[in-house]
Amino acid sequence: MHTLEPILAEHPFLRGLKQEHLELLVGCASNVRFEAGAFVFRQGQEADHFYILRDGKVAVELFAPQRGAVTIDTYGEGDVLGWSWLIPPYHWRFDARATEPTRAIALDARCMRTKCENDHDLGYELMKRFARIIEQRLDATRWQLLDVYGVRS
Amino acid sequence: MNHFVQNFMMPDLYQVRQMRRETDDTFTLQLVSAGGRQPFEFAAGQFNMLYVHGIGEVPISISGDPGRPEALVHTTRAVGAVTRAMRTLKAGDLLGVRGPFGVGWPVQQAVGRDVMVVAGGIGLAPLRPAIYQMLANRDRYGKLVILYGTRTPADILFRKEIESWRARLDVEVYVTVDRATEGWHGNVGVVTKLIPKAPIDRARTVAMICGPEVMMRFTALELEKRGVDGDHIYVSMERNMKCGIGLCGHCQCGATFICQDGPVFRYDAIQGLLSQREI
Repeated sequence: MHTLEPILAEHPFLRGLKQEHLELLVGCASNVRFEAGAFVFRQGQEADHFYILRDGKVAVELFAPQRGAVTIDTYGEGDVLGWSWLIPPYHWRFDARATEPTRAIALDARCMRTKCENDHDLGYELMKRFARIIEQRLDATRWQLLDVYGVRS
Repeated sequence: MNHFVQNFMMPDLYQVRQMRRETDDTFTLQLVSAGGRQPFEFAAGQFNMLYVHGIGEVPISISGDPGRPEALVHTTRAVGAVTRAMRTLKAGDLLGVRGPFGVGWPVQQAVGRDVMVVAGGIGLAPLRPAIYQMLANRDRYGKLVILYGTRTPADILFRKEIESWRARLDVEVYVTVDRATEGWHGNVGVVTKLIPKAPIDRARTVAMICGPEVMMRFTALELEKRGVDGDHIYVSMERNMKCGIGLCGHCQCGATFICQDGPVFRYDAIQGLLSQREI
């Protein structure tokens, strides 16, 4: 029987994860697909999954009155989408919408949190990987705030 | 004044053949010699001092094709008195040109290697001559990847040309913007995010980076993190160049004269300067 394990093992976010941990992840994983325009999640909803993106493109958006949906960032092949599942109260802060047909592996948040509580080695390993992602995105946000391409006054 | 200095300090007279608005605040000037100096040979990455009569002189990178030296092309942004005056020039107007000056991109050293070009904002202009040269000799290089980041979709420089590069089967082109606007379906985020997507052999890659210094610093760090050595990363520095020949000291950073030793430097040779204050 084919499992999602080889796909998870090859994804840049999970590459190098111990076999026993991969096996734990597979129990929480499911294949998902989003058509262009479909929402992966909506702001305020329960963060009940996170996503390992296989291909396609997802825009993270914030809806602002009189401006509509503003795209903050885009993610695609090789990226991981969502960390609100890790942090109480486990609600999404933004919308995520597929802008192209997108394939992903969804990891169930409750299942993952339970496994991380039961196996702290897995929990610590995932925390380290998410911390790196959060650091990269914080750096990128700071850089964007600098508006480096703008005209210096 | 000795003969050498006099030669390099005396502008040649050029006439505007064409002025083209690229974006809201950037434009391209195509010049022809009014004094018979034709063709204008230059290396990709070199710059000229352009003199608007009665206003002043500024260093501007050459953005044209080294394979077509009959057309002298510069692209810049209207930010100061001289470049704002330059933007008002029309076909037939005259301006002074000194150059070409400085050290260019390592287009020859990159032969046989994969090449990653990373441009930010107006930084695409000084890289365009290198891109032209590599495209004209495409079979001499491995993979060619162009990553371009800019502020908004409306700020994308040379948009039609980027689209034509992207349409080729032998070049990978990725574009991202810091801020999306309505109707933009491309990537959003900083240009370093594109680096992991680039299908290159990092151990045999030469990277050429041009853009704001913060952007170049983060890009070089990201490339090093991903296995590209500092001696295979090149950046183009921008400073207050005045004489262009390493005499006046306006562009001096420590022992380095940007106008003469650069503007293109190997990253491992210049990285200390990128993070130093007040120079």
